[in-house]
Amino acid sequence: MEQKTKITAEDGRQEMMITRDFDLPLELLFRAYVDPEILGQWMTSKVIRLESKKNGSYQLEKKDDKGNVVFQAHGVIHEFIPGSKIIRTFEMGNTPFGVQLEIYDFERLTEDTSRLRMHVIYESVEQRDQVMKFAFAQGINWAHNQLEQVVAKLK
Amino acid sequence: MNLRRDVFQAIADPTRRAILLLLAAQTMTAGAIASNFDTARPTVSKHLQILTECDLLVQKQTGREIYYHINAKKMKEVADFIEPFRKTWDDRFNKLEAIMKKYKAK
Repeated sequence: MEQKTKITAEDGRQEMMITRDFDLPLELLFRAYVDPEILGQWMTSKVIRLESKKNGSYQLEKKDDKGNVVFQAHGVIHEFIPGSKIIRTFEMGNTPFGVQLEIYDFERLTEDTSRLRMHVIYESVEQRDQVMKFAFAQGINWAHNQLEQVVAKLK
Repeated sequence: MNLRRDVFQAIADPTRRAILLLLAAQTMTAGAIASNFDTARPTVSKHLQILTECDLLVQKQTGREIYYHINAKKMKEVADFIEPFRKTWDDRFNKLEAIMKKYKAK
């Protein structure tokens, strides 16, 4: 099966390209990025603030059952063209990953399908690789935790 | 030597996975790594040795200290390095798509 989400991250570059085709009309895809309630749902975070306009800013937060903040992200919006383009910064709180610049291009493919191209530029090659390394280590952990949970149920 | 099995065994241990996760964000000395665990320091040293032996970690001498960091090259060899990152995004986008399909149906 063809993978719906593609990532291009060439060695030695401080950027990556994430491309995804959606089985959604362009308007609905774009709305998922500007409606705070919907954004919160698919990012599984609370949207503290989302000002979808030039010079606007945003803030997301996720807490665990005990009320501890486990994820925090924020940034400013540099360009906002409805149904077409968003340029924003993204920074995760309490991580050493720095600030990344994100350029979103939204494109209509047919009446019912659309494409998102996300160009992400990091502060350095090292920082980009670190973000991927983190996901890798986390992926290993999650995979094993899930396995452990399944095995625990078998007992 | 069956390298693949060794690497799998290396990451099958929860403490070793926790070490990899710690080092994913920064390079650390053995002492700094050990301070994150309740286990005895020799036990942590043993874990570091295993991870280093199968090339998942690399040691780097800086002055008098030895720092450990993740060997990205090895990670790429044992698994597709980008795949977990791609999977994270794929899951997120699938969720977006499912939510908006329901939204459309309203």
